[in-house]
Amino acid sequence: MAEPAYGLIATFRTPGEVMHAAEQVRDAGYRKWDVISPFPIHGMDGAMGLNRSRVPRISLAGGITGFCTGMSMIFYMDAFDYKLTVGGKPFFSPMFAFPVSYELTILFTAFATIIGMFVLNGLPMHYHPVLNYDQMRRGTDDLFFIVIEAADTRYNAANTRALLEKIGGSEIAELEA
Amino acid sequence: MSSPVQSTVEEPAILREVKPTVLPRAVLVGHGRDFAWITDKICSIVEGKTPVWWWWCFAVACFIASFTVAGITYLVSTGVGVWGHRSPVNWGWPIVNFVFWIGIGHAGTLISAILCLLRQKWRTSINRPAEAMTIFAVVCAGIFPVFHVGRVWYAWFLFPLPNSNEIWQNYRSPLEWDVFAVSTYGTVSVLFWYIGMIPDLATLRDRFAAAGKKTRAWLYGFFAMGWRGSNRHWSNYEMAYLILAGIATPLVLSVHTIVSFDFAVSLIPGWHTTIFPPYFVAGAIFSGFGMVLTLMLPLRAIYKLEDLITQYHIDCMCKITLATGTIVGYAYAMEFFIAWYGSNPYEGFAFINRAFGPYWWSYWIMISCNVITPQFFWFKKVRNNTSLVWILSIFVNVGMWFERFVIICTSLARDFLPSSWGYFSPTVVDIFTFFGTFGVFSVLFLLFIRFLPLMAMAELKAVTPQADPHAEPHTGHGATGHDLTGPARPDQGAQGAQGVHSHG
Repeated sequence: MAEPAYGLIATFRTPGEVMHAAEQVRDAGYRKWDVISPFPIHGMDGAMGLNRSRVPRISLAGGITGFCTGMSMIFYMDAFDYKLTVGGKPFFSPMFAFPVSYELTILFTAFATIIGMFVLNGLPMHYHPVLNYDQMRRGTDDLFFIVIEAADTRYNAANTRALLEKIGGSEIAELEA
Repeated sequence: MSSPVQSTVEEPAILREVKPTVLPRAVLVGHGRDFAWITDKICSIVEGKTPVWWWWCFAVACFIASFTVAGITYLVSTGVGVWGHRSPVNWGWPIVNFVFWIGIGHAGTLISAILCLLRQKWRTSINRPAEAMTIFAVVCAGIFPVFHVGRVWYAWFLFPLPNSNEIWQNYRSPLEWDVFAVSTYGTVSVLFWYIGMIPDLATLRDRFAAAGKKTRAWLYGFFAMGWRGSNRHWSNYEMAYLILAGIATPLVLSVHTIVSFDFAVSLIPGWHTTIFPPYFVAGAIFSGFGMVLTLMLPLRAIYKLEDLITQYHIDCMCKITLATGTIVGYAYAMEFFIAWYGSNPYEGFAFINRAFGPYWWSYWIMISCNVITPQFFWFKKVRNNTSLVWILSIFVNVGMWFERFVIICTSLARDFLPSSWGYFSPTVVDIFTFFGTFGVFSVLFLLFIRFLPLMAMAELKAVTPQADPHAEPHTGHGATGHDLTGPARPDQGAQGAQGVHSHG
């Protein structure tokens, strides 16, 4: 098998262990690596050196789009395209257009947030080397893993394995690409 | 003037040291259950053989649901006249049922969104079924206005779609606002529910794959979107979840506010009041918690979930029911007060008529169920008695249906002109259609508990004591002394990232 490995995976038993280990992988300067956990561990983003998620920007864009859509839609329909006289009320006013625009703000924000989350996460991705690891099902159950990719510039099969051993990882295995 | 007191007092008036009281943390997962136990417990409900009771319940629920199907089939083939509402009560049972069901849904969003923002960790074991309840309640609610429009095949006129008349919807009407509010609410509730379920679907996918059940592994895997528990994903996921909670909170408040505008913006005595939005929202949450208790207590007993839905959870739900029930009681009193204080004879008459007119019985059922029933929850003995809590929760459901009946029917039946007064009686078709919606709801809920993870496993694991990376004793390796700095360390994260840049 001449195919190069995807990377190395190490198992950890508790959230505390994997968090301390992640801090050391971060400090060793790795960039293409990941922590697998069955639930979000509080403080892990800091331990991995991740920046704040960019989802809120997409949400904000969605919200603004939704509000503008609502206001302009109502203006176009009731005050421009077909002027409908009802009870002597004005054809357009931001007051009565507000409830619908408000709901559309929320609707568009929700879609933007979810689509943004999927796009930033690169999901859906049904095939991934990590998912082929035979112990992976414990990663959505009760175990924690650190994966260091071979694509990382600092990756070196022997040294990376030594690092994972040093920081307390067990059952270190090579992942097939 | 020297004070003798000063010289005699040696101890200062202020204590040298105040020891903070250690308050015991509420136990959210009983018996110190570990992660694997939670996974097994919740997944076994989906993985196990279909229990016999489930088939019985499903058959009964389908039978009850057939009443709605029969009622609606008859209605569509004959005309809306088969329902009991006619002038002056043109908004009879269908709108009562619509508001009743939509209100029930609100507790689900309250639990999933508002309690999430308030960091009430006890929400984790009940949020999934409560959100499911929301969606199914919105489905039941939607049936009524759609068929109430008369010619149901024109119901799409409610939405801003180009039609052959080339007339657009009237956005000056609260009824049109309601279309947007309810459809947004339904959509966002489904999205929120689904997003929360992705990590749990991945757990089920992995378990089915390990058990060699390929079809089911593929199905759950398809909806799990290839989730693999990556922390880079969790980071975006948690942010997205927080934002959804943040927008679902104003959404849930706005939906019942807009529902109340359907009434409050009109000029009918008893409807035209400014207290309606907060009063409706409180009532909605009250009825929703009633329904959550009605559903969760039997589930807890059947699936032996006492370690996940603990007495603490029941206490919390009872207390919210008590609080919102009392707010509703206050609103009833305030309506009467304003009717008297406002000196509007029609408004005054509307309220006297509610309590002592031809519908007096419905008014007093409402008062006893909504104001008196929750007061039992003041007592710990009552809250600890699960069967009694369940019975009281049924009273809450009944009371809130009658609240909507009282508001809609008494106000319309006797408004300004005595010559056009009337009395509303439901027909058999009304009763069938409404009764059947409980079947529709139960069918959907039974399918949910059979095929989807009943509780948010990932979230439950995250609130256990062992999930806290700083709570456990040090095992020696890997301890870098970061523990004292607390969990959130954006500065260190930035330093780490800078270090990487300099290497590269």
